[in-house]
Amino acid sequence: MTDEARPIDAADEVAGDAALAAADPNEDGEPGAVDRLYRGLLPENPVHRQLLGMCPTLAVTATVASALTLGLATVAVLVASSLAVSLLRRWIADHVRILVYTVVIASLVTLVDRGIAATLPDLHRALGPYVPLIIVNCVIIGRAEACARRSTPVVALADALGQGGGFLLGLASLAIVRELLATRSVLGWRVLPDAFEPWVIMALPPGAFFTLGLLIAAGNAWRDRGEPESATGTREGAPVSGKIEV
Amino acid sequence: MTEIAELVSIAFAAAIVSNPVLTWFLGICPFLGVSRRLDTAFGMGAAVTFVVTVAATLTFLVQRWVLAPAGLEVLQYVAFILVIAATVQLVELWIRRFQPDLHEAFGAFLPLITSNCMILGTCLLIWLRGHDTLPRAVVYAAASGVGFTLALVLMAGLREELEEADVPGPFQGAPITLIVAGILALAFMGFAGMGRA
Repeated sequence: MTDEARPIDAADEVAGDAALAAADPNEDGEPGAVDRLYRGLLPENPVHRQLLGMCPTLAVTATVASALTLGLATVAVLVASSLAVSLLRRWIADHVRILVYTVVIASLVTLVDRGIAATLPDLHRALGPYVPLIIVNCVIIGRAEACARRSTPVVALADALGQGGGFLLGLASLAIVRELLATRSVLGWRVLPDAFEPWVIMALPPGAFFTLGLLIAAGNAWRDRGEPESATGTREGAPVSGKIEV
Repeated sequence: MTEIAELVSIAFAAAIVSNPVLTWFLGICPFLGVSRRLDTAFGMGAAVTFVVTVAATLTFLVQRWVLAPAGLEVLQYVAFILVIAATVQLVELWIRRFQPDLHEAFGAFLPLITSNCMILGTCLLIWLRGHDTLPRAVVYAAASGVGFTLALVLMAGLREELEEADVPGPFQGAPITLIVAGILALAFMGFAGMGRA
């Protein structure tokens, strides 16, 4: 699916990023912990740049509350699974690793799911199948495959927090736009005046597709600002993702 | 309502009214990734329909005859994902050995399906929506697969036309695909309220 993503522009990883990488190198030239943390948040944002985890992104962002609940649940599972995979990396045989990751992730999701059901039963019901579907969120198994299985726990933790934070940010950005336009308020705070006619469509499935399409296009436009149009065809490099889910 | 009418109603709702892709957002990754050409869209759709039907049958039996009697419903997610992974492996072995034509048609898509959220999502939705007899569960799963194929094929048709269009720079690639998907979802909203939701 990542073949859809526009290649990540080298210019994105601008001076600040390069400085971080230089200040925090790993012995084998792999990105260090601080760099991993920063990358996930913006340059490799799972939602806006890598287009990973699209199903929950579109499905739970009708309200900010459900987006934050599912986002935090995903972060919790991602952090725990990255730590587990990193700690167990010497003992997981290569040819069964995907199976091991899947079982680890499914067990963690069960714990989180029970936790949400016990503390927030209404939200749990509203989220329906999307909490268990964290199991097949490609961000999580992608990070296990791309980073955690060959990183120390500290780097894996930073990577998980960065990518998880990026996922949460992506979800929140979509949910804020949708809830604001559909209900005039965000998390119960009234923002838009009565004169604004609510766009009910934003709370419905088509609104999810439109909002994400427009947000990604806006990100592309912002990145291409000042560039001549022909330059878009000559981008080099591929999106950085561990696992290409189709 | 007779049982047959009930099954037809479930099938119509699963394939059209609550289309798995356009209303449940299941299987969005292949929907965006494998919808560039009609023939690959058909192959992917056929593979998903086949696997989801088999996997839903097996997970239904596992839930009904193993997990529920043992009081182990809490293991549902782990058990389901393992059943799905095993199903995909077995289906692949079986069609490679005995159905070379089918393998030709959609064998290449099978390995990608384990992590397709449409499969797990459908297996879970059977329970969340109370399709609690085996025929209903199987019909629901097969119709969901058909709905997935329908969405994929419609999208592929649209995108083949889109290749001719002059799309503004920032909208090229994913954004325009998402906008088109939104319009498609808008069209499917016209079915809202028909059949058993």
